[in-house]
Amino acid sequence: MPDLSALWLTARLAFVTTLVLLIIGTPLAWWLAQTRSRLKPAIEAIVALPLVLPPTVLGFYLLIAMSPNSVLGGFWLQATGDTLSFSFAGLVIGSAIYSFPFMIQPLQAAFEGPVKQAMQTAASLRAAPLDAFVSVAMPMSARGFITAIVLSFAHTLGEFGVVLMVGGNIPDRTRVASIEIYEHVETLNYADAHTLSLILLIVSFLTLLSVFVFNRKFPAHVRL
Amino acid sequence: MATNFTTTLAAIETDFETESGLDIDVVSGSTGKLYAQIINGAPYDVFLAADQARPEHLIANGHAAPASRFTYAIGKLALWSPTDPEVSANTLTAPETVRLALANPDLAPYGLAAVQLLERLDLDTQLRSKFVFGENVGQAFAFVSTGNAQLGFVSVAQVLTLPETRKGSVWLVPPQLHDPIAQDAVLLTRGADNPTARAFLAYLKSDAAHEIIRRSGYESE
Repeated sequence: MPDLSALWLTARLAFVTTLVLLIIGTPLAWWLAQTRSRLKPAIEAIVALPLVLPPTVLGFYLLIAMSPNSVLGGFWLQATGDTLSFSFAGLVIGSAIYSFPFMIQPLQAAFEGPVKQAMQTAASLRAAPLDAFVSVAMPMSARGFITAIVLSFAHTLGEFGVVLMVGGNIPDRTRVASIEIYEHVETLNYADAHTLSLILLIVSFLTLLSVFVFNRKFPAHVRL
Repeated sequence: MATNFTTTLAAIETDFETESGLDIDVVSGSTGKLYAQIINGAPYDVFLAADQARPEHLIANGHAAPASRFTYAIGKLALWSPTDPEVSANTLTAPETVRLALANPDLAPYGLAAVQLLERLDLDTQLRSKFVFGENVGQAFAFVSTGNAQLGFVSVAQVLTLPETRKGSVWLVPPQLHDPIAQDAVLLTRGADNPTARAFLAYLKSDAAHEIIRRSGYESE
C-alpha cells in the first residue's frame, strides 16, 4: 500500500488553488464579459495561454522568477525566511497560472448574455452594483461557477510538469500524487503506481461526473 | 545513455566516428526511464547506465549479453555553489544555505552517494528540512545554477562544463566517504550481432576513450 500523504497534499493544493482562482477570476471574468476595451482580445489570449504552452515553459519561467536572485523570489526569502520555489505557496502560484483559463472561461461565458440585461434591469431599479451582482448575476451564473470551480480543481489534480520543475519533490510540501506516481514508475514499483493511479482516475472521474450531473439538473441561465 | 554523461559522450562519439568511420546515434535519458524502455522493446544496441544495478537487471532478465558488462566511468561527487568562493563541508551547515539540492537518491546514484556522505558526516537528520530533490543530477545542478538552491551535490563533470566566471567553487567529496558511483555499460540483446555496437564498446575501453573520460571529470578503471 503506497503512502497516501501525497494524495492529501494534492487535494489541499487543488482546494487552495481553486479558492485563489475564484477570488481573482470572478472580477476578471466579469470585466471581460462587460468590457468594450480594445485590449480585450489580448487579455483573452493571455488567459488562454496555459492551454497551449508546454508546462516546461511555464515551469522554466517560474524557476527563474521564484529564485532568490529575482525580485519576487528575493522578497519572499526576506519576508518568510524560505525560498518560494520548493514551497507549497510556490506551487499554488504555479497551479493558479496553470489552471487560470479553466476558471476564467466558464465564468466569462456565464456572465455574457441574459445576465447582462438582468443586471441593467436591476440597475434601473436602483439596486447597488454589488447587491445586484450577488443577488442577480451570481444565482443566474450558478452553472458557470460550478463548471469553473470543478474544472479548476480537477485540472490542478492532474498537474505534473510545472510541479516537477519547481517543486523539488519534498514529502508533505511539494511531492504531489502525480510526482509520486512518476517516481514509482521510475523505480519499477508498479504496484504502488497502479494503486495511486487508480485512486486519481476514480477521483477525477467522480469530480467531472458531478459537473455533468449538476448541469442536467440546472439548465443554463435559470430565469428569476 | 545516462543524462549525466551527455557532454562527455559527445566528445567520445566524435572521436570514435572519426577514428572508425562508423556512425552511432545517441539517445539520452534517465537510467530508470531508459531501462523501462529497453525491457519494453526499445530499439537500442548499447546501454550506458548511470549505475550498476540496471545493467545487472538487464542481464538477469535476458535483455543484455552477460559477459559484456564493464564499468566505463566512475563519477565524482562535488558540493557546489556558484557564488560562495570557498565551499567546504562546513558550508553545509552555514546559515546562508537555505536549500540544499541533491538528486533523488531513489532514482540517481549521485543522490544516493550524497545521502551516504551526509550519513557518514552525521548531518542527514539535521539537514533533511533543507533538501530539495532533482529528478536526476542534471536537475539538481539546474536548481543551484538558477539560484533556487544555494548549494548542491552535483557531478564534477557538470561543473567542468561551466565557463570560468560561473564556476564558483566546489568541495571535492573524498570518494571513500560514499559507495563508488560506478557507471556500467552493457551490450543489449538487440545489438549482439551489430558490429558497430561491438566496435563502440571496444573503443570505450581504449586509452583514447579513457583520456576523454578522465579529462571530463570522471575516473576510469
